[in-house]
Amino acid sequence: MTVVLNQSFTGISIGAVLLLIALGLTLTFGQMGVINMAHGEFIMAGAYTTYVLQKSISSAGLSLLVALPLAFLVAGAMGALLEWLLIRRLYTRPLDTLLVTWGVSLMLQQLARDVFGAPNVQTAAPDLLTGNISAGGVTFANNRLFILGLALLCVLGLTLVLRFTPLGRRIRAVVQNRDLAEVSGIATGRVDRVTFFIGSGLAGVAGVALTLVGPIGPTMGTNYIVDAFLVVVVGGIGQLRGAVITAFALGVLQSVLEYSTTVSVAKVGVLVAIVAFLQWRPQGLYTLRTRSLA
Amino acid sequence: MKTITERLRVPGAFLLGAVLLLGIAPVALSDFRLSLLAKYLCYAIVAVGVSLAWGRGGLMVLGQGVFFGLGGYAMAMHLKLADAADTGEKIPDFMQLYGTSDALPWWWKPFANPAFALAMTVLLPMAVAALVGFLVFRRRVKGAYFAILSQALAAALSIWLIGQQATTGGTNGLTDIQGFFGYSLDDPVNQRMVYFVIAAVLLLLMALARQLFVSRYGELLVAVRDSEERVRFLGYDPANVKLVAYVVAAGMAGLAGALFVPAVGIISPALIGIVPSIGFVIGAAVGGRASLVGAVLGAIAVAWAQSTLSDEFPAAWTYLQGLLFVLAVGFLPGGLASLGTVLRRRRTPATPKEEKVVVMAGEAA
Repeated sequence: MTVVLNQSFTGISIGAVLLLIALGLTLTFGQMGVINMAHGEFIMAGAYTTYVLQKSISSAGLSLLVALPLAFLVAGAMGALLEWLLIRRLYTRPLDTLLVTWGVSLMLQQLARDVFGAPNVQTAAPDLLTGNISAGGVTFANNRLFILGLALLCVLGLTLVLRFTPLGRRIRAVVQNRDLAEVSGIATGRVDRVTFFIGSGLAGVAGVALTLVGPIGPTMGTNYIVDAFLVVVVGGIGQLRGAVITAFALGVLQSVLEYSTTVSVAKVGVLVAIVAFLQWRPQGLYTLRTRSLA
Repeated sequence: MKTITERLRVPGAFLLGAVLLLGIAPVALSDFRLSLLAKYLCYAIVAVGVSLAWGRGGLMVLGQGVFFGLGGYAMAMHLKLADAADTGEKIPDFMQLYGTSDALPWWWKPFANPAFALAMTVLLPMAVAALVGFLVFRRRVKGAYFAILSQALAAALSIWLIGQQATTGGTNGLTDIQGFFGYSLDDPVNQRMVYFVIAAVLLLLMALARQLFVSRYGELLVAVRDSEERVRFLGYDPANVKLVAYVVAAGMAGLAGALFVPAVGIISPALIGIVPSIGFVIGAAVGGRASLVGAVLGAIAVAWAQSTLSDEFPAAWTYLQGLLFVLAVGFLPGGLASLGTVLRRRRTPATPKEEKVVVMAGEAA
């Protein structure tokens, strides 16, 4: 029984990391249809923000708290800049954005290498987040619990913004029917940029969280990016709950398979499960009902 | 009516390419440069398939590394077994290092047969592509979804290979390949022979792809790319049309991988994962995805730049590479092959712009 509980907690914490990374993508990929390969580098930007902050603020706890909003702004600004420079010209060619942003991601990785050096760096975790909590024979690592809480907080925040603010209403309107939104007087171009800002900013927040569980390096983003895209593909376009359910389901599946086989076999198993799932629901778990043929 | 010059253009260009690749290059280039060119030509063979599936069919094939790898590993497994047999060993050298038993794994055994291994280099990738393509296209998974799935496939295969060190060589891959069907690869003469084989295969596949492009099937493929729904309403099944392009492209990538092994002497997970898989597409994108010659030249040029410039200026090359992708794909979607057309259109602004026809619902013509 404890084994099952321990494994499910491992799975849930893998899922929380996935969710945090995929959350930004549900906006930029899910809602806007843009495949932004540089999303992984926005994660990296968030992680390096934490690293730089820790050099000036010696208290690990305080620097982490400052890093969260700052990384959101840094990564968000990078995202908005990317949208303004390149992506807005490519909305009619969504697949080409993939290659263009791949080029951008190559440049950003090299930039990180030139600025911070090629080897990975580490940040110190606050004391509060280094220990464990044991309850009923199950050990919960504090940093994992923190990431889980952060992921859920981000989901909650994003849901509130999308559902109850004028901005959220405009974002949803543009997603559901761009032309109708435009003739209703919504500046769709500006909404796109703000959506991209939020989505990229969430990647920055994910980057801060990742400093707690792994090293910071120029290529750290590429390790997570494909998994995060898969979460959005399986979760379905335009719905946050799809991404939430999928992230945790994939996380638990991964940890169960890892327990019974090996890491590499588990990865392949997850992919097979995804292809099988798409046989059943090709548009993902939740879909926006439209009458378009595409 | 076509004029004589128009009729002769394609065979003429083909002949020119053949003379360049088979006649001039082997004479003009040193052994070292020729073996590098052989490597680039392998990437060009993949680009032929990419041009078919992506340029003509609109399928964003981001997982060509899978098929390149399957072909490469099938070939390398046979060559490793042949090397082992030459030295009187029962199992390849890396298995003695990492392996737990002296017995050959059952799925290695058939690869001792050269005919089986050669057939597998093409048939195995095609079978995998057929299975994946059937499942994916039948359920109308397309566009970005397909791109990400094929990318995940490349990631999964390379991760799996890394995990199975005892039977696949793990991160190192299959290295140190000595012979190629009885010919020692140390001998420069045999390296030249491998080059000729690769160049001939490239020319052959280009001719094949060109015939596919101009065939009725090629027309149908472009139609599916541009308006899948209309093709469906006309009574065709777009899933089958796409499946054929995907499977043929996979076969070409497999063959390229198989030829890559004797040319370079190694196949490893790092050569088939996400990054090289995007590399296969990028070359075609820079040169011109829908133009066969553009895709092939683009693949050769990017591979050449990669190995030449990345040695001398590693940092500057990465920036340049990123910038090249951004500019070529973002602002020149037809690739460098379309540069002439674009410039010509700039110079003569009098020609009417191509209007994109959008049929709105309820719009009676």
